[in-house]
Amino acid sequence: MREKHILSGKMAPLAIENLDTDQIMPKQFLHGIDKAGLDKGLLYDLRFDAEGRKRPDFVLNRPERADVEVLVTGANFGCGSSREHAVWGLQQYGIQAVLAPSFGEIFYSNAMNNQLLLVMLPEEEIARLMADADSPETSHIHIDLETLRVRSCNVDAFFTLSERHHRMQLERRDLIGMSLTYQAQIEHFARLHWETHPWMKNVASHTRQQLGHTPRAQGIAHLGGIA
Amino acid sequence: MNRTLYRKLVDAHTVAQLDEQNVLLFCDLHLMNEYTSPQAFAGLDEHGRRVLMPGQNVAVVSHVIPTQPGTIRVIREAAPALQASNLRKNCEQHDIPLFDTQDALQGIEHVVAPEHGMIRPGMVVICGDSHTTTYGALGALGFGIGTSEVEHVLATQTLVYRLAKDMRIRVDGVLPVGTTAKDLILMVIGHIGAQGARGHVIEFCGTAFEAMSIESRFTVCNMAVEAGARGALIAPDRKAVKYVLERATDLHGVARDAALQHWETLHSDEAAVFHVEHRFDASDAAPHVTWGTSPDQVIPIGGAIPDPARQTSAPMRRSTEQALRYTGLAAGAPLEGTAIQHVFIGSCTNARIEDLRAVAQVVRGRHVAKGVRAMVVPGSGAVKRQAEAEGIASLLMDAGFEWREPGCSMCLAMNGDILADGVRCASTTNRNFEGRQGRGAITHLMSPAMAAAAAVTGTITDVRRLETHHA
Repeated sequence: MREKHILSGKMAPLAIENLDTDQIMPKQFLHGIDKAGLDKGLLYDLRFDAEGRKRPDFVLNRPERADVEVLVTGANFGCGSSREHAVWGLQQYGIQAVLAPSFGEIFYSNAMNNQLLLVMLPEEEIARLMADADSPETSHIHIDLETLRVRSCNVDAFFTLSERHHRMQLERRDLIGMSLTYQAQIEHFARLHWETHPWMKNVASHTRQQLGHTPRAQGIAHLGGIA
Repeated sequence: MNRTLYRKLVDAHTVAQLDEQNVLLFCDLHLMNEYTSPQAFAGLDEHGRRVLMPGQNVAVVSHVIPTQPGTIRVIREAAPALQASNLRKNCEQHDIPLFDTQDALQGIEHVVAPEHGMIRPGMVVICGDSHTTTYGALGALGFGIGTSEVEHVLATQTLVYRLAKDMRIRVDGVLPVGTTAKDLILMVIGHIGAQGARGHVIEFCGTAFEAMSIESRFTVCNMAVEAGARGALIAPDRKAVKYVLERATDLHGVARDAALQHWETLHSDEAAVFHVEHRFDASDAAPHVTWGTSPDQVIPIGGAIPDPARQTSAPMRRSTEQALRYTGLAAGAPLEGTAIQHVFIGSCTNARIEDLRAVAQVVRGRHVAKGVRAMVVPGSGAVKRQAEAEGIASLLMDAGFEWREPGCSMCLAMNGDILADGVRCASTTNRNFEGRQGRGAITHLMSPAMAAAAAVTGTITDVRRLETHHA
């Protein structure tokens, strides 16, 4: 549950290192043109067997874990593919925060852009949180987003967020709108940039134009200087 | 002030310093695909925003496209077909150049963009795909972004960019015969780990990279992200400049001279300081093959599979055990001789013409082993036609390989090219994650030559044992 700047709920342990975004959101769930339905795909191969039946032994499938909102996991969580679907899926499933010793870089930015809280703590703290999370009785966690403090049965720790990410966690912001306040500066920058580096201007549209349209049925006009 | 190449590129693209850690970074080229961009265009429309600089953006249908041989390419499944048509609609609406399904030049975005001269030294290139680090091979700062950031770039041609730290990896010496750029980068990742470069942009330097072709450098920079890097760079040299000038046909006269002058400055200053430095000797490299489910779980072909009991930390023991359980291999056993059922030659890591030539060299005079299915998916339409013109396609088909149409294909298996449970695959791709090539399928990453050796022997084999038959 999140009330204002307090996140309070149950955590579950996922003792897996390098849990990549392919596993967090497998390929068969990436065929949408919107963000809908990704809760179904979250950690699919871990949650379900090849026939689509729930694996009863997987932690998130246990009845007492039905309302888990926080994951405690191994290092480099979210490494691999840039797919933001992984973040959307976690949120749609009801996950509000993930705690780990480290996170994949692109995943980290994606999470921040969606207000999914990521808490980075040293291995030892994560190991103790994992132990607390292991038993439903001790799995309650309390996270204060203002003071950046995590408390569980046996852990009381502070974590850090960059100032910018901290603000983004505390209030929903229109990041594009904020950057668009720089539009005049961006356009001015581009003019100067292209004056000194004209070979960087409209490279995509010029190249496409020069290549012409090369439908397969009509053979090929350009082979590129590949050799 | 002494600066690294990375800092020079960032400084040259900084529109505004937002705070100590973040800048508003101008992006010269934004590549898009059909599966990480739809929600970004939708967001743009929702807010009534436009694409600020359409000519700096380009899209390629790459991930969902089927690769079955045939002249007309049809996406039969409704959902991926909609992803492709939706991309076309978005590009038309916003005037963004597109390499569409039926285009003879279609392919993997990271193969298509450089082969037509769109990637140039000194650029910042971003894409909703983690392997955008590839472009460091030409001295361009490339990195992957998420869909929220795709929307941000479309609307502003900039990103709010968190500065990375500098790492330098120097590799001197000569790669032994039979080893390639892929083996070297796998060796490096094995040493520094899957998060060894997390938070850093790697600059690769040393005689090993100087000796490499540009295509080999693409392979190295492509896989830097598998060490967690936020970017990879190799200072552009004469080879890089030649590669670009041969393809960037608009570059002539004064613009060409200005470009050449600028590219001369694209190197780290002599006294520039890196936060982290690593050194390796290329002559230590051997053909490398992954045994586990993370790209850093890799050994030289003559090595033994690690023993979980000998790992130094609990997480390492845990992940070694997990990986061995998934890959069905035994601790202490050799990897060489392990039977494979599938070979995949493709991906933005290793599906360029040089890679296909390396495969052909091993396969010449041989045939795909009984019981093995071997697929070649060229990186682009241009690569495919080049290989056909050189006789590589017919050589491989005669040897029992499937010669398919270009795309990302079985690297991530979201286009229907997918492995069945338990199938073991020798793959020239970049990720051996659990389930990446299909639920329960086992991926062994290796070089194109090593994958070719696996195809003709049916087992993971040291390619150096095979005699090469010259044409």
